Amino acid sequence: MSKFEIRKRSKSEVTILDIYGELDAHTAPILEKELQQLIENKFVHIVVNGSGLEYISSAGLGVFMAYIEDIRLQNGDIKISSLKPKVFNVFDLLGFPTLYDIVETEDNAVARFK
Amino acid sequence: MPTIKEHTLRISASTNELERIRHFVADHAGKFGFGEDDINDIILAVDEACTNIIKHAYEWKTGKPIHIQLALRGNEMLVSIIDEGKSFDPDSYHVPSMQDQLNQKKRSGYGILLIRKLMDHVEYRKRNSRNEIRMTKKR
Repeated sequence: MSKFEIRKRSKSEVTILDIYGELDAHTAPILEKELQQLIENKFVHIVVNGSGLEYISSAGLGVFMAYIEDIRLQNGDIKISSLKPKVFNVFDLLGFPTLYDIVETEDNAVARFK
Repeated sequence: MPTIKEHTLRISASTNELERIRHFVADHAGKFGFGEDDINDIILAVDEACTNIIKHAYEWKTGKPIHIQLALRGNEMLVSIIDEGKSFDPDSYHVPSMQDQLNQKKRSGYGILLIRKLMDHVEYRKRNSRNEIRMTKKR
């Protein structure tokens, strides 16, 4: 069974989600639930650190798509950092870099909220 | 050109099985001599096709059959995935605009696009109650 884990921490006003494992149709609901909770609690400055993400399919990308408008309407954003090249490639194939801030380092992602 | 190697996996439709499907594809694509980038492409294409079957053909009903066959013919990997659910009409598919999807908070519709980008050739067949997606990738 696919393994996926989220660890949450904060850096000033920014919530960092460290994600690990494989984000597919089986595990996407885990990330979905986490984002829903953050939105409900008005934590809308979010950095997803993907250094531990080994795999993503369109079901995983779909979670980012489903919540980004809600988050931006609350003057927040999801910024994505530290993706492995093979994972970045999937984001890139669907044109994500034109609509999302996808940066190399977590510090760079956090700085974009300032 | 003769098909020289063939491997089959029969599973029941469930997202629980996606990891096993990916391992099956990675294992045999590696033994067929594909490089890492090509293996990643084939894994994702097969995952997307099976996810679409689980979601759309079987509408999340578990226990229904999915039959995956991998074969090497010459320099080319052939992937055949068969289901017995609702059939997909490729002519009805339009590539969704990302901005429209975001505005409408939609999240699906990209599996087919990824499959087309990742594989060299994709076709759909329907025979009686069975649907088949056939995909090929050159080494």
